Amino acid sequence: MSVAENSSERAGGSGRIGAYLAAHLREYGLLFALIAIMAFFQIVTGGTLLKPINLTNLLLQNSYIVIMALGMLIVIVAGHIDLSVGSVMGFIGALAAVMIVNWDMSIGVTMATCIVVGALIGGAQGYWIAYWKIPSFIVTLAGMLVFRGLSLWLLEGQSVGPFPREFQVIATGFVPDILPGGEVMKGLLDARNFNVLAFAMGIVAASWVVWSGLRQRAHNKAYGIEDEPRAFFVARTAIIAFALVFILYKLATFRGLPNVLLTMGVLTIVYAFITERTVLGRRIYALGGNEKAAKLSGIKTERLTFLAFVNMGILAAIAGLVFAARLNTATPKAGFALELDVIAAVFIGGASMSGGVGKIVGAVVGAFLMGVLNNGMSIMGIGIDYQQMIKGLVLLAAVIFDVYNKKKG
Amino acid sequence: MQDTLLEMRSITKTFPGVKALDNVSLKVRTGEIHAICGENGAGKSTLMKVLSGVYPAGSYEGEIHYDGTLAEFRDIADSESRGIIIIHQELALVPLLSIAENLFLGNENAKAGVIDWRDTNRRTEKLLRKVGLRDAPTTQVEKLGVGKQQLVEIAKALAKDVRLLILDEPTSALSESDSQALLDLMLELKAQGMTQIIISHKLNEVRRVADTVTVIRDGHSVSSFDASEGITEDRIVRDMVGRSMENRYPARTPQIGARIMRVADWSVYHPEHADRQVISNVSFDVRAGEVVGIAGLMGAGRTELAMSIFGQSWGRNITGTVEMHGAPVDTSTVSRAIDVGLAYVTEDRKSLGLILDDTVTRNITLANLGAVARGAVLNERAETQVAEKYRKDLGIRTPGVFQKVVNLSGGNQQKVVLSKWLFAGPEVLILDEPTRGIDVGAKYEIYGLINDLAAAGKGVVMISSEMPELLGMCDRIYVMNEGAFVGEMPASEASQERIMSLIVNE
Repeated sequence: MSVAENSSERAGGSGRIGAYLAAHLREYGLLFALIAIMAFFQIVTGGTLLKPINLTNLLLQNSYIVIMALGMLIVIVAGHIDLSVGSVMGFIGALAAVMIVNWDMSIGVTMATCIVVGALIGGAQGYWIAYWKIPSFIVTLAGMLVFRGLSLWLLEGQSVGPFPREFQVIATGFVPDILPGGEVMKGLLDARNFNVLAFAMGIVAASWVVWSGLRQRAHNKAYGIEDEPRAFFVARTAIIAFALVFILYKLATFRGLPNVLLTMGVLTIVYAFITERTVLGRRIYALGGNEKAAKLSGIKTERLTFLAFVNMGILAAIAGLVFAARLNTATPKAGFALELDVIAAVFIGGASMSGGVGKIVGAVVGAFLMGVLNNGMSIMGIGIDYQQMIKGLVLLAAVIFDVYNKKKG
Repeated sequence: MQDTLLEMRSITKTFPGVKALDNVSLKVRTGEIHAICGENGAGKSTLMKVLSGVYPAGSYEGEIHYDGTLAEFRDIADSESRGIIIIHQELALVPLLSIAENLFLGNENAKAGVIDWRDTNRRTEKLLRKVGLRDAPTTQVEKLGVGKQQLVEIAKALAKDVRLLILDEPTSALSESDSQALLDLMLELKAQGMTQIIISHKLNEVRRVADTVTVIRDGHSVSSFDASEGITEDRIVRDMVGRSMENRYPARTPQIGARIMRVADWSVYHPEHADRQVISNVSFDVRAGEVVGIAGLMGAGRTELAMSIFGQSWGRNITGTVEMHGAPVDTSTVSRAIDVGLAYVTEDRKSLGLILDDTVTRNITLANLGAVARGAVLNERAETQVAEKYRKDLGIRTPGVFQKVVNLSGGNQQKVVLSKWLFAGPEVLILDEPTRGIDVGAKYEIYGLINDLAAAGKGVVMISSEMPELLGMCDRIYVMNEGAFVGEMPASEASQERIMSLIVNE
């Protein structure tokens, strides 16, 4: 009780802002870390980082990590881990390549089959974890080896490709500009290209961020929930809105809206909605927060755990399709050690190892933070050796920051 | 050799807000068996923890004189080195190691770190013979029954040159014949000159082995008497429960209606030991507007009974029927049990009742999310209104319903758990130790809530280890012991003495 009383006693004045900042340091920290890192690389790479072509690349490069991070967040919130996603992703890519290239099957059938197989793989692992209480670490470690082996077997140790053009576009294609006015803007901005749809999406997204922020604030006020100080709210919302407009403007002047960005964006919104606004999402957090209490409250914890892994399998399959299409070939090595990047993204994004805590948006930002680090360091020509070390230390620092914050709180 | 081996003088031990021991004295003569009796929470275990150095010298007031000198134990190792060894209720053996490995754990028979197994096994065999075991020293402890494991614990104490052996509820998990064997062993060790302290609820056992009895109640030592004055169960029971009854319970005029729930022939087996029947043939019923108590000691099976009824959350091979309003119902999963109108408020609110890192609101709506959602989508506005309603109705003291429950006091946390179950809309609430670990003022408020529930026509089943609470709150009381109901009485005919004697006369 004492903590609560203290914080309400301090309501009003500068102490309140300090207390608020202390309580939400993690969320601001993540945002500021991303901005700081982008600013740093923008300067040291002499402006290359935010060039339209590089921004587009950055999004494409990290798309499959982001897609898998959505599923991994749910798995981790539920109190588990999935080490097999890299292998599963590689296996699905291999399956797609064999079906399309070797067996001449249609792209639609292939994609549907791949997603079903992904769900089955997730279900097969989730079954042991949920109903037999085998630790997820063990089951998915086994899965990691099994599916790595299966990819090798399926591809007979060879690379299989290339894919037909229609398949490649899911990763490398762009959404055609359906809005008028592109030519006018091109002339006006003296750009080589201008995709009005992409820019309009940026405006829409930014407006939505402002609108939903205001609505949440009104709701908080009505129910006396501790409010973000006005200055913080304005600054944070402005930064996010500006960043959205800025990034999509940059994309508009290159080739427009990448297909994968659209996929990623839609999936992120859907999963953020599910986790934060639905009964299902609430139950997943309850499961991770206290499995026994959740079970005694009538929540079917086993089924929920099972579904979390089925979902992970589906997202790993989607990521596998995107990855194969992007490389235009399936190799036995595809997805190797990628699970670690995905897991790191989720933890950098603020999820807790013990379950029950973490947000979809955090995981996505965490994935891009790692992505910017990768991209920036590569442009700078930093060797892979140093890159690995730096990424490792960033992960450690983020989690230490979490634990330290929690202890202090 | 001194006549008195141990004397604890005026021991006072305070925890934040609670005086667990208040001026307790204990005098144990060399070579006797000294029994310590008292209700759950009377302070017996705390006293033993003070003695063994779990609470080191300086953390309590008073003096311990042991073997003629003033003893100030810093930790358990310190008291063990002087020959004081406690065998706890929960056995402290490593199940996957052998008997010999367990006996010399932490005390290995080794030269330069290399264990002499031949000598270890030889010494183990000798110790086992002393406690009447014939198993090989290399047998895995896991393969022994509980009774034999208890004997291994004693052998382990003997391996350490024990001078004062303390047994905390040694027979609580044992069968009748194993218990007899253990008591015989205690008498035999006494004949060899060993001083022993036994903590027990089973007064017939106390009467059989004890030379002296000390009774502790509410942290005070009430009485101490020896065989020459006559050790009778009557006297022990009277001293154990003889606290004054104040007006600690809000008044209620019972308006008892029709029967809501009936449980018949309920039997449950242990989830891990399939042959151990934990609940046997229990039947009871609850009427509208009635508060029904289940009395019994810890380990009597009350929680297991409640949890097995509530969605088979405990145990296996569950048999028996649950009827609501005369019709049999399915309570085989928690959500089905909730659907037929049951709610279970756990005794362990932190690990089974709450999601501590979640807000008051999220905890309250958890068991009935459908009622605050449109389809699959949660309606946060409705959710907040529900939480606000219960905050007002139950008087949950919190800065806001968006506070995390971990920041609330025990009493307010308990109100959150109650709110959760009230929101689920049950007809019968099973409250398991509803006032455990909360302060007196909050207890009174919880009692008031229970009365309100009864007044609203709900059936309440109240499990409690505090007998005065049951006597003060209930209309009817069942007495449970060792997995079975051993008595039923209207509250008007109940007394602590009557309940206690039903339990101890088993």
